[in-house]
Amino acid sequence: MSEHHIVSPKIYFAIFGALMLGTILTVVAAKIDLNQYFSGLNIIVALFIATCKASLVVLFFMHGKYSPKRTQLVIICSIFWLAILLFMTMSDYISRPWS
Amino acid sequence: MHRTGELYGQFQTMEQQRETASLGMWIFLVTEVLFFGGMFMTYTLNRSTYPDVFGEASKSIDLTLGAINTVVLIGSSLTMAMSVWASQVGKKQLVTIFLIATLVLGSVFLGIKGVEYHQKFVEHHVPGLSFSFEPGASIATNAHAQLFFSLYFAMTGLHALHMIIGAGLLLWLIKQSMRGRFTPQYNTPVELVGLYWHFVDIVWIFLFPLLYLIDRH
Repeated sequence: MSEHHIVSPKIYFAIFGALMLGTILTVVAAKIDLNQYFSGLNIIVALFIATCKASLVVLFFMHGKYSPKRTQLVIICSIFWLAILLFMTMSDYISRPWS
Repeated sequence: MHRTGELYGQFQTMEQQRETASLGMWIFLVTEVLFFGGMFMTYTLNRSTYPDVFGEASKSIDLTLGAINTVVLIGSSLTMAMSVWASQVGKKQLVTIFLIATLVLGSVFLGIKGVEYHQKFVEHHVPGLSFSFEPGASIATNAHAQLFFSLYFAMTGLHALHMIIGAGLLLWLIKQSMRGRFTPQYNTPVELVGLYWHFVDIVWIFLFPLLYLIDRH
């Protein structure tokens, strides 16, 4: 059983700064036509930045980094189930020649 | 009722009691991830089917308001996290101040959202009988644009509903906090509402690029 961890305001403000930076980055990246280099690069970059921002929120604001392992397992499971939902459904739709 | 932070009979330590409460909240949040997941699935399928119309429709939403709202919501997550900290170190007045700040920022978000919705009504971009995307757009374009705006209203609307519920929870926390209920021994409600609030923030972190930034170059 781990000791109750108190995250300091310093970390919270640093994470807030990183999230603001990510927000600026995502708007700037959307204004540049990245698709000319590689089709779909714009959405890949946008989702990559969003995933990084979400991870920072989960790890620090939501104390995921300091949670016991069984809580972390539940967090990872949610991503896993969401991946099944998106990945399996999309692989079904895009492999239907008649639609 | 155990309202002051004593140990419930079924737990051995306070730590175990706290961890169990947050585990329960996380399991609820997993169901929320999948609740929103269905919407994201619908979005992914329709966007991949009609990429051009979705890009065009996305351009008509106000990017500045969306970006300001992103900053406001992340700011409210910071004040929420700070109120959890304040309760953990026993600064009772700060807990109340940070909770009120979170409520104010959340309300600002909903207000700006209301302005955006109003714009969409004025532009006839609300799905329904008076829907009209662009003058001279083909029937197919209109239909597909309507799909985008249906998803826009469904996803941001569901998100806003979560914010309203969150605001209700914050009001309740503020009332408790003003009575000095939250101490380093007992702050589970602040922590759990915090988890919920941050989750709603995460949903927005994904909604913002997916709805506002499809085709901005």
